[in-house]
Amino acid sequence: MENDITISVKGLTKRFGNFTAVDNISFEVRKGEIFGFLGANGAGKTTAMRMLCGLSYPTSGSGTVAGYDITRQAEEIKRHIGYMSQRFSLYEELTVKENLTLFSTIYGMTSNAIKAKTENVFRILGMENMKDAPVKDIPVGWKQKLAFSAATMHNPEVVFLDEPTGGVDPVTRRKFWEMIYRASSEGMTIFVTTHYLDEAEYCNRISIMVDGRIKALDSPERLKEKYGVKTMDEAFRIVARDARRGE
Amino acid sequence: MMNIRTLGILLRKEILLMKRNPFIPRIIIAMPLLVMLVLPLVVNLDVKNVGIAIVDNDRTELSRRIASDMSASEALSVKAIGFSYEDALSLVENGKADAIVVIPADYSKKLSIGGEVPRLEVDANGVNATKGMIGANYAAQSAIATLKKWMGEQAGVEIDAYGGSVVNLFNPTLDFRNYMIPALMVVLIIIICGFLPALNLVSEKETGTIEAMNVSPVGKFTFVLSKLIPYWIVGILVITVGMLIGWLVYGLVPAGNIVSIYLAAILFSLVMSGLGVAIANSSSTILQSIFVMFAFIMVFQLMGGLFTPVSSMPEWAQMVTYAIPPRYFIEIMRSVYLKGATVQDLWVQYLALSAFAIFLCGVAAKTYRKRS
Repeated sequence: MENDITISVKGLTKRFGNFTAVDNISFEVRKGEIFGFLGANGAGKTTAMRMLCGLSYPTSGSGTVAGYDITRQAEEIKRHIGYMSQRFSLYEELTVKENLTLFSTIYGMTSNAIKAKTENVFRILGMENMKDAPVKDIPVGWKQKLAFSAATMHNPEVVFLDEPTGGVDPVTRRKFWEMIYRASSEGMTIFVTTHYLDEAEYCNRISIMVDGRIKALDSPERLKEKYGVKTMDEAFRIVARDARRGE
Repeated sequence: MMNIRTLGILLRKEILLMKRNPFIPRIIIAMPLLVMLVLPLVVNLDVKNVGIAIVDNDRTELSRRIASDMSASEALSVKAIGFSYEDALSLVENGKADAIVVIPADYSKKLSIGGEVPRLEVDANGVNATKGMIGANYAAQSAIATLKKWMGEQAGVEIDAYGGSVVNLFNPTLDFRNYMIPALMVVLIIIICGFLPALNLVSEKETGTIEAMNVSPVGKFTFVLSKLIPYWIVGILVITVGMLIGWLVYGLVPAGNIVSIYLAAILFSLVMSGLGVAIANSSSTILQSIFVMFAFIMVFQLMGGLFTPVSSMPEWAQMVTYAIPPRYFIEIMRSVYLKGATVQDLWVQYLALSAFAIFLCGVAAKTYRKRS
């Protein structure tokens, strides 16, 4: 069972001055799992994720991602993960194709592999007619699909998605989750933060963060059962009742 | 650490983004045009049109000749000839005149009697010190020339109007533009190669694309290089436009080898872009980086020897200029342009520029953080 664990974190903490953004969290994520990271704005989700991706130094605590230490081997981790940030992070002035080529080259893919993979992405997404359009000209829903494709082109072991569906309509969100499922079925582990509670239902397991701490961690069904409610929305309200941070 | 393929694709990205930017390609061409065409006409340290107010208490033929010779002089323009010092002073106070020439009463009489030579008085306005002092000097020279000529005529012999002669080496016409144009190209590289990389990197921070780079396996050295190398090209473009204008518009062609100018331009572009990236690394907004960059550029322009010759600065300031990279580039540009100096002649300056380039690019790479 041990090598079934892709992400393992113990006592992870991040402080900014007097403010403890992430307070002593511990959890494990299994290979191939879709792991939801829930919480209100300011609960510490993004900060926690940034430490796992090697973008931020932990103040204390330890952990591994894809078998590498998050404190000492951050650059190794970066070879084995994909990351899609909350803010859109493709180059707006480059075309769809140029963006995909840029990112897959950076991850060390060969020219042939890049060619095959981009063709495949365009076919699956139905974007053949947009491949030479500058990214700034395509609709926001497509941009997010594209960003997800750019983050998964190199078949990473873990994909980190930071509120990937912010600001899009429910239909597009639904389609986005189909992409997540497809990636998961190809063996990628998905670590996704969100504050849409309907999305929580799509995850295998979820953790609920409140004020920098993990207050609940289990499958959606078990959580609903535990709090005796019918929807994740109600479960979340009970767990996050005492929250002091956030809007 | 270094990956050629990654560097290649990053450079391609930088150049595509630069080309597609609505304003960068224009600035690279328009700014040299503007600076090189307009500034030499406006920024002129030659003093011309010095306003003179003459107080003529003598009212003789000689005093009228002094006045008419002054108004005939190219540098001087006689604003008023009057009889009261107060009137003349009020002209200076109103900014209409820069200096007052007082010809005392009985000047011409005393001069022809001989013995004690009477004094002609020149008072200069010290508010605009350069114009006042140089103007007063011109006025005095003009009066002396008139006197010598007049005395010669009285004695019936020609006296050489000038006691000596001065020949200016390297800039024979002492044209301020010949001195200024090579230096203006330095200003262009300071501004373009300093600001653009800083703005480029900070705007990646602002739009969030830098996050995608930081979370990727791109080595930070490779990434910083991809931010610096494009500005070699920009520096070469800018200096080419500058030299073309210098040649086509002002007829100024470097006396030395163009290669030595390009070499210095490449080194100096690296110095400025290294500084720009280093500043961008520690700024989180474009505004911040602009303010810090401005502080550097102010010092560079004022202390680099561009407007004020380094040799006329106080000793302590001269010591400071050794730490100011444009000083070396300006020296190289002027020496190559006007004296035809070679890289061997200027090896100290080239060495200093290389050292600054290595140091600042090192700082840029060192201070770039993929993790916070």
